[in-house]
This record gives sequence, C-alpha cells and structure tokens, in this order.
Amino acid sequence: MRITVDMNRCESHGQCVFAAPEIFSFDEDDRLVHDPAPAGALLGAAGKAAAVCPVRAVTVTPDA
Amino acid sequence: MARQALREIVVVGASLAGLRAAGALRAGGYTGSLTIVGAERHPPYDRPPLSKQVLTAPAGPPATALPLPGGLDARRLLGRPAVRLDPAARTVTLMDGTRLGYDGLVLATGAAARGAPAGLGRPPRGVRTLRGLDDALALRAELVPGRRLVIAGAGFLGGEVAAAARSRGLEVTLVEAGARPLERAAGTVAGDYVADLHREAGIALRTRTTVTGFRAGADGRVTGVELSTGERLPADVVLLALGSVPAAGWLAGSGVATGGGVHCDASLRALRPDGSAVPGVVAAGDVARAPQPLADGARLALGHWTNAVEQGAAAAATLLATGAPPPFTAVPSFWSDLHGARIRSVGLPSAADETRVVEHDRAGGRLEIAYHRQGRLVGALTVGRTARLAAYRAELEASGTTAREPAPAA
Repeated sequence: MRITVDMNRCESHGQCVFAAPEIFSFDEDDRLVHDPAPAGALLGAAGKAAAVCPVRAVTVTPDA
Repeated sequence: MARQALREIVVVGASLAGLRAAGALRAGGYTGSLTIVGAERHPPYDRPPLSKQVLTAPAGPPATALPLPGGLDARRLLGRPAVRLDPAARTVTLMDGTRLGYDGLVLATGAAARGAPAGLGRPPRGVRTLRGLDDALALRAELVPGRRLVIAGAGFLGGEVAAAARSRGLEVTLVEAGARPLERAAGTVAGDYVADLHREAGIALRTRTTVTGFRAGADGRVTGVELSTGERLPADVVLLALGSVPAAGWLAGSGVATGGGVHCDASLRALRPDGSAVPGVVAAGDVARAPQPLADGARLALGHWTNAVEQGAAAAATLLATGAPPPFTAVPSFWSDLHGARIRSVGLPSAADETRVVEHDRAGGRLEIAYHRQGRLVGALTVGRTARLAAYRAELEASGTTAREPAPAA
C-alpha cells in the first residue's frame, strides 16, 4: 500500500491522525508526517483516514 | 449484508451527510434502488470553503464540487425539495409533485441560516445570510475593498467571514450579543483569544451588543444598523451570522419529532414524540438531533463537517443492520481558521463545567485547553497544537463508547 498526502492541500485538521495514528502524526510544528508505505493490514484504517480528510489531501493506493 | 426487505432507499439531502450515507449503503452491500433528492440545483458542493476561500480567492471562486462516492449507481433528483413525508404510506413527496416510495429513508436535509429576529422587520437589500453556494457567491461580489461590513454574530461563521472580508480590505465590525466571541462553544479563555485575534487584525468587535434595526436609503438598500446601545453604525453590507436552524420544517405533520432537529435514538433512527422509532427512517448530519454521550445523553444537533461524515455512514449502517443496530458514539470535532490561527477541537467543549488551560501563549500562537464536566474530560481545543489533540480524542473515545438513552422526546 502507498500513501500520499498533498501538502499543498493539508490544513492540519488531524482527522487522519485520529483515524490511523499508526500511519499519521504531527511534528512539533503541527506539520503532518506519515508512513508512505504502511503494512497492508492497515488498509482499512488508511481508507478511513482518506475518507475523513476535510480537504481530500490523502490518497491510498492498495498494492496491485 | 443487506436485508432482503430493502429494495428502495431514498436519501433526502444531496450534501455531505446524504452523499456519505449513500456511499456507505453501497459499500455495505445494498444493491437495491437508490434515489438522492436535493433541494438545490447545484451539484453537491463542499461547505467549509464558503466562508473562507470562496470569499478570498483572488482569481475567482475555487471549485468546491464534492466528489461522488464510487459505484454509487443512484438516481439524483436535484433542485427538487422534499415537501412531505408520509411514514404510514412510506412515501416522500417533492415540490414538483413527484411521490417516491421507500423501504428505507435517510433524512439529511441539513440546516438553514437563522434569519433576522422577529421585530427587526423585513431586512433591506444588502442584508445577507450565508449558508449555500449562491449565498457565498453573492456575498463575495459585495466584498469590495473600502466598503463597511457589519456582521451580527461573532461565532464561527461570523468570525470567518470577518477575517475574510478584512483580508480583502473592508472595514469590518463584528457585533456580538455575548461578552466575547465563541463563549458558549468554547468558553472564556478561547473566546478572549479569538477576540484578540480579531482586534489585532483591525476588526472592530462590539460585545454585549445586538443589532436592533436596519436603516435604508431611498433606493431600498441598507445604509446602516441600529444597535442595542442606541448607536447607529453606517454599513454598506450586513451579514446576519446568527446560527442555523435544522431544515426539518418539511416534516411538520409527519409524526416525526422535529423540535430543534429530527429527534433520533442512539442509532440515528428517527423518533416519534412518544420516543418510538419511525419504521425505516434514519437521520444524519445537521438536521439530526442525536443523543450525545459527552453531554450525558442530551440530544444535540451538531452542525459540524465530521458529524455529517460520520453520521451519514452510521445512519446507513443502521438501515442495513439485520439485528440491533450499533449506537453512534463518534467523538465530535470542529475547526475554524481565523487570521492564520488554526483552531481545532475534539469532543464537546460546550458541555463543560470547567476549563483547564494547559498552555496559553498568545505571542507564540499556541493554546491548549482541556474541558471537563463533573470531573470527566468532555473536550479539548488547541491553536497551533493540533498534535496534542490525538491523545484527548483517544481518551474521549475510550470513555464515551456507551451511549445513554435520554427520556422520550417531549
């Protein structure tokens, strides 16, 4: 699974961090950081994170 | 797995909650007929930018279309408001006379802007409200640099429009009935913080004051407002940002309890006044008044983006449930962007009886407040400290998973 975040859209709402803390977190300046290639078992949480992003900045690409 | 009995589901409301409900129905395995009814002619759009980027983007309003969930396979009837529900016959009637039968019905009609209070008379031209895309485009056209804008109500919407208009070079006055902005939603410390942000941006903030009348020129256009202090303020444009009212008026006479929004049980099933569920009917989003575990089970209608998203999915799950549907216990959250400050909140700060200020650094642009009710955490709010919210939210999620049922609706 690949995760990309459009940082031009991201407004640090934190919804992805709430939905999938294993993948998303903030640094000390409230800037989002994420694991670009998390384990496939986290696909459900990643999908939820993408669905709750208010600015649709998160894209999840499952492995083929 | 979808119940065999469901063959025809109607979703009334084509905005965020309705679309998310429709998407969740398909994702949940529903393969029957699906119809989405919308009052507005516009294709579904995103509302948060209406009080921000739509007003400020220099090159013209940005695209705000909401993407449709994949594989929706739904009939969409836009520009056709629902006007009547008959739960006995299981039909919804639209303004053009179309009658739709349903096995399952999602009520997601949202909310409308609260208009001028009774007693102010009919507002003259140039007095506006902001709720939909048409409102935002009309307001945008009025935001000409140098003009004087008076906003009644310094809540989230009023504050965001004030910030947007100020950034475009208008003279802005915020008139607020309370002692400070956002006091009911977020308490005194956050309210004072926001008041400072407004004043530093050059916005005139008038608290403990209300608009009591309008003045208009010979051409019928507003020229000013009268205040409760006896003063008159000149104004070229006036925005009434006095909150919203759940759009449940069309359900009058249907037998659904609708005071302050559609009364729901913990699984978002619509209720009659005696507290019994209306068969096959659920509600989601701004129109739904659902029990909130963080407010001791009191029914609240929350006009927040994430509430629409999560209730849309939960209402769909309730329709599709074969046994007892699970209670809706998602932790609320809201945000506001003001003068570059990112205000982020989880839980229900408005339900608190005590606020604990963890960090308060105006110069550094940082604020962290924990909200408690009877000693228990019910919410948190940060500015510039979103990273701290995740722990609060996890605690709220762990403690709030048992929804308590309130007494039957009055």
